[in-house]
Parts: sequence; structure tokens; C-alpha cells
Amino acid sequence: MTGLALRRTLQAVVVLFGVAVATFALVHLVPGDPIRLAMGTRFDQATYEALRERAGLDQPLATQFFTWIGSALTGDLGVSFRSGDPVTLLILERLPATLSLAVASIIVALLIAIPLGTASAMKPRSFLDGAGTVLSQIGISVPEFWMGIMLILVFAGWLGWFPASGYVPFSDDPLGWLRSLVLPAVTTGLVSGSVLTRFTRSSVLEALSADHVRTARAKGLGPRAVLNWHVLRNALLPLVTVTGVQLAYLLSGVVVVEIVFAWPGLGQLALQSVQSRDYPVLQGAVLLFAFVFLVLNLVVDLLYSKLDPRISS
Amino acid sequence: MTTVPNEGAVPNVKTTVRPRSNGFLDGLKLLLKSPPALFGAVVFVVVLVMAVFDDQLAPTGANEVDIQNRLLAPGAGHWFGTDDLGRDILSRVILGAKVSLQVGVVAVGFSLVVGTLVGLFAGYYGRWVDTVLMRLMDVLFAFPAMLLAIAVIAILGPGTTNAMIAIGITYTPVFARVTRSSVLSVRESVYVRASRSIGSSDLRLLFRHVLPNAAPPIIVQTSVSLAFAVLAEAALSFVGLGTQPPDPSWGRMLSEGREFIDLAWWIAVFPGLAIVLLVLAFNLLGDGLRDVLDPQQRSALQAGRRTWGRRRK
Repeated sequence: MTGLALRRTLQAVVVLFGVAVATFALVHLVPGDPIRLAMGTRFDQATYEALRERAGLDQPLATQFFTWIGSALTGDLGVSFRSGDPVTLLILERLPATLSLAVASIIVALLIAIPLGTASAMKPRSFLDGAGTVLSQIGISVPEFWMGIMLILVFAGWLGWFPASGYVPFSDDPLGWLRSLVLPAVTTGLVSGSVLTRFTRSSVLEALSADHVRTARAKGLGPRAVLNWHVLRNALLPLVTVTGVQLAYLLSGVVVVEIVFAWPGLGQLALQSVQSRDYPVLQGAVLLFAFVFLVLNLVVDLLYSKLDPRISS
Repeated sequence: MTTVPNEGAVPNVKTTVRPRSNGFLDGLKLLLKSPPALFGAVVFVVVLVMAVFDDQLAPTGANEVDIQNRLLAPGAGHWFGTDDLGRDILSRVILGAKVSLQVGVVAVGFSLVVGTLVGLFAGYYGRWVDTVLMRLMDVLFAFPAMLLAIAVIAILGPGTTNAMIAIGITYTPVFARVTRSSVLSVRESVYVRASRSIGSSDLRLLFRHVLPNAAPPIIVQTSVSLAFAVLAEAALSFVGLGTQPPDPSWGRMLSEGREFIDLAWWIAVFPGLAIVLLVLAFNLLGDGLRDVLDPQQRSALQAGRRTWGRRRK
């Protein structure tokens, strides 16, 4: 167990180093002078020199890399080419919006997936199972941004129940925060929920056919007791891992949904930084995303092997 | 698809790796027997015909502006209505099929070739080749897919060709992983060892024996990846990093139509439906192919596939 954990962690560290190199290379792979590009028409020599020195672009590459990685480790991701603000600050500002959305989406997804997936598996080939399968298959194929647009059309445009876009910070107005959260969270939640429904269904089906479930039935346990004690416990274990992976995805991958809902999250920041050629911000966002993604996947891996003793053998 | 002729050197060596259909046609028949796969195949053929004969099929050109007839609701003359410039939406949907398919096919072709080669060498040679290649893939895999695609476009610049490259790079590691694990399972088969024992070269072994027998999961992955590539192209075009105007692209049409959604729902509905149908078709074909080619993987992959997929988008 510890051996496995250690190996996985070491592997993740190696990969993280590779990620850092790739992220660092980003700025240097851009054809032309990144600062000149970022400044565009607002070019002035003094600011240019200052930014260049601040970004250390006149140093040798290796020096630049280690300086960059060193300061990244202490939480300093450089300054924006555009505004001059520290990248870390820009990212921290965006964090609450992204976190709210990711957590709310996972809750929506699980609220759909666990009941629907379990019910489908309990009665395979029933109407509910068929409908669930078709709907989740479609849910998987729908682009999230289109789902978002359709929800806006119906629930904001026609019915007027929720705001079409925008984010209200929790500290300003908790009710407004919740209202602003509903449509984006349902959008991503429906898509993630489709993935998780399929997973729950096959996982519960597998658990239902296990020997210990047959034994439990044979000794006369009622269906509810069998389901709660013997089936769900085993079936939902793998769901932990998939949910973790989904969360990692939601924290980092909902760029387009954030655009649809004008949601001031990290995805929007990353996209804006590409459009404005603000490379340090892009680098910071990419590095953070990849880091979170790796760590969550690692945690999920380790958690799973902890929960399921068969893995570590 | 996987007719492997009996090798002269080792006649009648029956491998027990996986049941194999008798030929391409039998496989196809089996595939089309399943209604979902048949549906997928039909939609795919329809979109393919749309893409090939786009100029003949589209009632008008992509950019025939007709301001007097702007924002017309669907009806005779304009089945899908017109957009804010009076362009016929049906025509633009038909013309957009070409972009979607082109990007999907080229991008997945790139991932398929590069990823399969990487996986083949990593799996076959093992040791340091495996370590180096797969750690490189891990680094690529550590970036959330959409973000990686955006970062690649940040370097290369927006556009259809660059979107193909970006999506292609993003999906390469999945192919490498699938190929590698498939290669590992056939590497020590009797027919491979037999061929090696009579002095076949590595290249002959790899491309005549290992690859054909490792192919089924790769073929399934190709269909599934096409679904994601279409989604990714739409998403990139939606945020303005993919196909540029005046070329019609479904994702782009959605971002343009979004502003007029209160006035004209049809601008945003039809291109979205087109995306959903094509993605659904590839997903269903993928499921069908898995049932035919790789039955053992079915339950295990049903969920796992999506886990890669969605986080990769």
C-alpha cells in the first residue's frame, strides 16, 4: 500500500515537472516577442523594458525556467503583461466563482446519477432503464455550451425564472448567488450526470450479480436491506473515483460554459488571456489547472486503493 | 476489418485472445443489427453526403446576405429560418457539416497515427522506451483537454487548421494508452512468439501480427474520439478560436446566434441539433463497434471511456 502510494506520488511529481516545462515553453514557443505582442498598440519603451526585466526574458533560458518554477512554488506566478497585476491575485479573484460552479455541478450530477442509475440497474430493460439509457446517451453527446444556451432560452428568456448570465458573489447576496448558480450548474450537472448515470448503472448491475448479494438474498434479507448494505456500498465505491475525476474536469474544463454564462471564473480568465495574449496569466492558469487535475487524480487513485484492498495487491 | 489470414509459418494456430468475426462484411452486418449502431451509421452517412455534396444540396450559399428577409422563422422557402443577416440557416448547417467532419477526421487521424505508433513502440519494447514515451503522454494527459487545445492555439493562432492540430495533440495520449494496453495483451501471444522464433523482424512482427490483433480497441477509440473532436471543434469555434468567419461552422453559428436568441430561437437551435446528432452518431457507432469487436471490454469501458472523454473535452 505505502509502496504503491509512494510510487504513484513520485510518478505524479515527475509528470508535474514535465507539465511545468511544457507550460514554461508556452511563452517561448510563441513566434515573436510575447511582450511586444501583448502590448500591441499601447507600446511604450519604458513599460516594455520594465516588463521584460520583470519577466526575466533577457536571462538565459535555464535561469528563466528555474526562477519561474522557484517563484511558482512560493505562489508567485509573475505579473500580467496587460494590467501589471500579480497573476496569483487574478487567479484568486476568480476562484470562488469556479469553485461554486464545480461543486454545485457535482451535486446536481450526483442527484441525477445515483437515483436514476440505481433504479435503472434494479429493473434492467424496464421503461425507466430504457429512458435513462437514451437520455444519458444524448446527454453525453450534447455540447455543454449549447445546453446552456437552450436553458437560457427557456428558463431565462421564456419563463424568466433565472438570470440569463452573470455571477453574484455569495457575500453580496446569498439568494442571488443561488439564483445565478442554477442555470450554469444544471448545464454542466446534466452533462456530468449523464456520465455518472451510465457509470452508476453498470456499477450497480455488477454489484447485483456478485456472490455475496446472492448469499444475502438467500439468507432472507429484504430487497431494501440487500440494496443498502450489500449492493450500494460496493457499487458506489468506484463512483467515488469517477466523481473525483469529474470534479477535476469541472474545476478546469468548463471554459466554454463560463463564456456562455458570463461567469467570471478561471476558464474565462484563461480564455481572455489567450485573446489578449497575456501569456503569464495563461501560464499561471494552465499550471494551476494541470496541478489541480493531477493532484485530484492522484488523491482519487490513492483513495480508491485504500477503499478497495484488492487494488494494492 | 480484422481478417487475419492464416500465416504460412504457423497454420491453424488458434489464439484465444478474442473472438473474431469472419470478415469485414460479417462484422458490418452484425454491427448494423443493433438499432442504435444502425441509427449512428445512417446519421453519419447523411452528414457525410451533406459534406461531400454541400454545394449541390445547400439551397443558397453560406454568405448570401438578404437583409430584407432577416430573422425569418422556419417555414416554406427557409426550412430552418434565416439569421440576423438574412442568411439561410439550412444552407449554413449543410455547409458547416464539411468543416465539422474535416476537423474531426483530420484531428483524430493525427491522434490515431501518432498515438498508435507511440503506444505500439511503448507497449512492444517496454523498459525505457515505455517509460519515456508514456511519461511524455502523461504530461500531455495532465492538462485538461480544452485547456490544452486553447494553449496550443495560443501558440499557433486561431483557425481551422490550427484547431485540427490542437485537437489532434489533445487526443494523442488516449490513443497511446489504449494501444499500449492492447499491445501488452497480445505481445506474448503464441502467434507473436511463433513468428519471432522463425526470425521475423521487429517491424514485421509489429505491423503484421501485433498491430492487427491489437486493433479492435483502437478502432472503437477512433469512433468515440471523433465524437469528442466534433464537440471540441464546435467549442473552439464557439469561443472564436476555431473556424473563422466567413466560413460557416456549427460552433460559430451558435455564438453568433446567441445574441438574437430572444428574437429568433431557430438560429441557435438548428446548428446545436446538428452537433448533437453527429456526436451521438459517433458515440453510438463506437458502442456498436465495441460490442462487435471487443465484447470483453464492454462493461469495464462503459464508464471509463466517458471519464477520459469528458475530462478531455
